[in-house]
Parts: sequence; C-alpha cells; structure tokens
Amino acid sequence: MALGRDGLIQIILIGNSIVMLAPIIIMVMSAFKTNAQIFQSPFSLPDFTKVGNLVRVWTETDFIRYLMNSFIVTGSSIALILVLGTMAAYALARYEFRGANLILLFFLAGLTLPLKLAVIPLFIQMRDLGLLDTRFALIFIYVATGLPTTVFILTGFIRSLPNELEDAARMDGASEARIMWAIMLPLVRPAMVIAAIQNIVPIWNDFFFPLIFIQSNDLKTLPQGLTTFMGEFGTDWGVLFSGLTLSALPVIILYIALSRQFVNGMTAGAIK
Amino acid sequence: MLSSKLTGRNLWIAALVVPPIAFMSLFLVYPILSAFAYAFYEWRGLVRGDFIWFDNFYRVLFEFPFSERTINAFSHNIFVFFALMVLQNGVGFLLAYCLWRELWGARFHRVAVFLPVVLSTVIVGLLWKLFLHPLFGAVNVSLRAMGLGFLAQPWLGQDSTALMAIIVANAWHMVGFPTLVFLAGMQRIPSEILDAVRMETESEWVKMSKIVWPLVAPSATVVFTLLFVGAFNWFELPYVMGGIDGSPHGATDVLGLYFYRTAFGSMSASAENFGPGSALAVLIFLIIAIVSSVITIRLRKREIQL
Repeated sequence: MALGRDGLIQIILIGNSIVMLAPIIIMVMSAFKTNAQIFQSPFSLPDFTKVGNLVRVWTETDFIRYLMNSFIVTGSSIALILVLGTMAAYALARYEFRGANLILLFFLAGLTLPLKLAVIPLFIQMRDLGLLDTRFALIFIYVATGLPTTVFILTGFIRSLPNELEDAARMDGASEARIMWAIMLPLVRPAMVIAAIQNIVPIWNDFFFPLIFIQSNDLKTLPQGLTTFMGEFGTDWGVLFSGLTLSALPVIILYIALSRQFVNGMTAGAIK
Repeated sequence: MLSSKLTGRNLWIAALVVPPIAFMSLFLVYPILSAFAYAFYEWRGLVRGDFIWFDNFYRVLFEFPFSERTINAFSHNIFVFFALMVLQNGVGFLLAYCLWRELWGARFHRVAVFLPVVLSTVIVGLLWKLFLHPLFGAVNVSLRAMGLGFLAQPWLGQDSTALMAIIVANAWHMVGFPTLVFLAGMQRIPSEILDAVRMETESEWVKMSKIVWPLVAPSATVVFTLLFVGAFNWFELPYVMGGIDGSPHGATDVLGLYFYRTAFGSMSASAENFGPGSALAVLIFLIIAIVSSVITIRLRKREIQL
C-alpha cells in the first residue's frame, strides 16, 4: 500500500520533470539541426558538431550587441542597487535618528507598487529628462524597483550584526565612514549576494520597459532583441532555436550551479 | 565640540539615506502618484490639456468601441486567473506534496521544476510559439507521429484554443514558483504534529485536508495574491505569442495589452492616446489593489498560528 503510493508519487514527479525539461532539451537539440531535420524528427539526437546555426547567430545577427547591452544594463543596475541599498540599509540599521522608521516604511511601501502601470508618467518624465532611448532610462527604473526589496533584506541582516567591533573601532577614533567601509561592509557580503540574485533575474529577463523606452537597435537588450531577430530569421528555424538556446544558456548554467541561491532569492518575498 | 560632532553625524546619515530616497521618489513614487492625476486630464499626443474629470474613465468603460474591448479584455483576465489557479497553483500544490515526501531523486525534481522559472518570458513565449506552429511545430508533429493527427490544430491561430494555449505555456513557465513556496510551507509543519496525526488516522486525505492544507495557509495566501496580481498585469506572454492586437480577433486580448495599445499605439492605431490609457492604468491598479487586499484579508482569517 505504502509502496504503491510512493510509486505513484515517483511517477508524477518523473512525468513532471520530463514535461519541464523536454522543451528545453528539444530547443537545444534543434539548435544543431537543419530545417528539414527539425520538421521531420524534432526528437532525434542531432550531430552536435554541426554548429553552423550557432555561428550564424554569432556572426550574422546583432546577438552579441544585445547580449552586451543586457550585461551593461543589468550590471550597472545591480551595482547601483547594491550601493544605494547598502547605504540606506546601513543608516537605518546602525544609527538611531528621527524619521528612521518613516524612511523604512517609505521603502517598504515601494514593495507593493506596480510601476508598469505608471509607465505613461514615466515616459513623459524620461522625455523631459532627455533619457528616452538611452540605457539610463532602464537603469534608473530598475534601481527604483529593485531598492525596496534590497533595503528590506539588507536592513534585517545589518541589524543582526554584533556591536563589539564597531564600538572598539569607534574608541580607537576611526571615522564613521571608515567603520562602515572597512569593518562592517565585509560582513554584509552574504546578504548582498542574495539581494543581487533576487534582482538579477527580473532585470535580465525584463521585456516591458525596453519595449517602451528603447527604440535604437544599438541599445536593445537581449529579450527585446530576440523578438526583432525572430522577425528577421522567421523561416530559418535552426537559427531561431540557436538564438533562443544562446540566450537561455547563461541563465540555465548559472541556475544549475547556484540553484539553492536562486530559489531562495526568487521566493524570498513569498516565504516569511 | 559636541554639537559639531552631532551635525557631522547627521550629515553622514543624510549622505547615506538621501540618494536612495531621491531615486525611489523620482522614479517610483512620483510616477505612480502622477498616474492617478493624468487620468483626469485630456491629452493631445504628449501634451497635457484640460482637466476633464471622469471623461477618460467614462470613455473606456461605456463608450464604443473602447467599452467593448475593455470588457472583452477584462473577461479574459478573469479566465486567465481561474485557469492558472488550477494549472499553476493546483498543480504546484500537488507537486509540492510529492516533493515533500523526500523520495529518491526529489532534489533533482526540485531543481527541474524551477528551471523554467528563471527563463525570460520572451524566450518561453517564442519557444512555445515555435512548438505550437500548425505545420512544423513539435506539438503537432508528435501528435501526427502518434497517429493522433486529427487532434493537430492551429493552436494559436483559432479563437477557441489560442488563449488556452498561452495559459498552458504560462503554467509551464511558472509552476515551479507556487510549488517551491508550498513546499517551504509544508517543510515548516512541525514533525510532532505530523506524528500525532499518523497515530490518529491512516487516511492520506484526512491528513491533507485537515492538517497540511490549513497549515500551509500562509503560503496559499501569498501564492493566490501574487497570481491575481500576475493575471491582471499579464502582458509579456500574450504580447509575444498572440501579438499586440490579441490575435486572432481579440481572442487573446487582455487588459495589459489593451492598455499598452491605447497608450502607445499599435499597427492599426498608431497615435498615442494617454488619456484613456491612464484611465485604464488606474482601473487596473484599483482592481489589483482592491481584490488582492480582499484575498489577503479573507485568507489570513483561515491561517492558523502555530
């Protein structure tokens, strides 16, 4: 009886993992096939030495440019989020001052605001600031949306750090800035990693804000560039699957290497 | 001496908190507050005109052709929410329960179920669009290979199946999220409680319905609320798979697409229309805010404090 139930559970889990992984495996295999092979036998193993499609994506399309843009936008956003988030969290967690609770509440309120729906005022604002069709438009938006969770995570973490080191350094006459930089921040690194991962995935994958704010092909990020690219190579499925594979692979590899951190980071808001 | 030290300290604190607050105010809080104001003005292109009270709201809710499209899109959002409730949250709960038993290989299955979640919606949409291609897509090719060719359909090309096809793609993409949130909820149930139940009853159903389900209520509250927010913000997947007009014939149109089309124009209507667009944004925001607070409050009531 018990064995039968566990057997059923195994069947469900194995079936589900096949459903989850098969589309990704077919995608990767199709990247090495010709149109005819994809249409006739989508499930057969390809000749993995035939990298013609991948080379074409690399050389004949703007794929590298899109990839670089995504790196620049995501990298700068994460760096700014961590710098600004750590500044606010450090002040809120280590100093007592009037208005501290109000400021924390201000950041927490940002957790629930759906910025997508404010895209019309954002558009006008970016136009007035001369930021339409620049990377700054995206970076500033991502920083604003990423700050609330980051401040939330880091404040909790920095509060839990012990006082002794800080007090000792203060007795020795170290400046506040030096205490923060040399003594406290090295201890905050683990929480920064969680905050970074939590922000990387939605920023790297975002499609909505580039769609609104970026027009030049030179500035398009990867998800946005992919839609352009699908239009251009609409009939060459081998190239299409190669493009999708190359875009998905960096995230998939990172996820497999750091799956625990990914899961913790991405469900952090939902699990109390 | 003391006072100068104090002001120095205050300056230091200000230097730390002012830049982040400025960023949040300028690019998050201020645009959202403006969004409410904008909906009450007339707009000519990108230029703000007169204050016109509720005219924009009246237009999108009651004036042809806006009203018809609003209702069509709204009904699709409702359908998406309930369909995903079953396909995403329901299946997620079942999978969480299976993973919770920690049978051999559970770790692998846990990594597998969350893998699509980390992919970009654009990749997922484009991938499934290729799979669902009527002639060459892997779905119809395999149906024909299995001798089920009569089931092969133009999934995204006909009104009756297009929305459902996109919903299934969404469920494939996101099912790992409720699964792992529910799993975390189950893992927090103290083992003493489970041991006590095991002494009382053999029935798995009683254990599920009377113990596990009530005790994972906090996870359910979060997952249901997030699904509702997601269903009414639904934009990227229908945009990629069904196109900006919600083709075919508006069968995949949802409020997010309709809002985008109204505000920023589309192939068929190229001009920006910020007035009705802002009104739609405010309406979507109100629906999300009101319903998700009702869901949260009602579900909180059945949560049990351990």
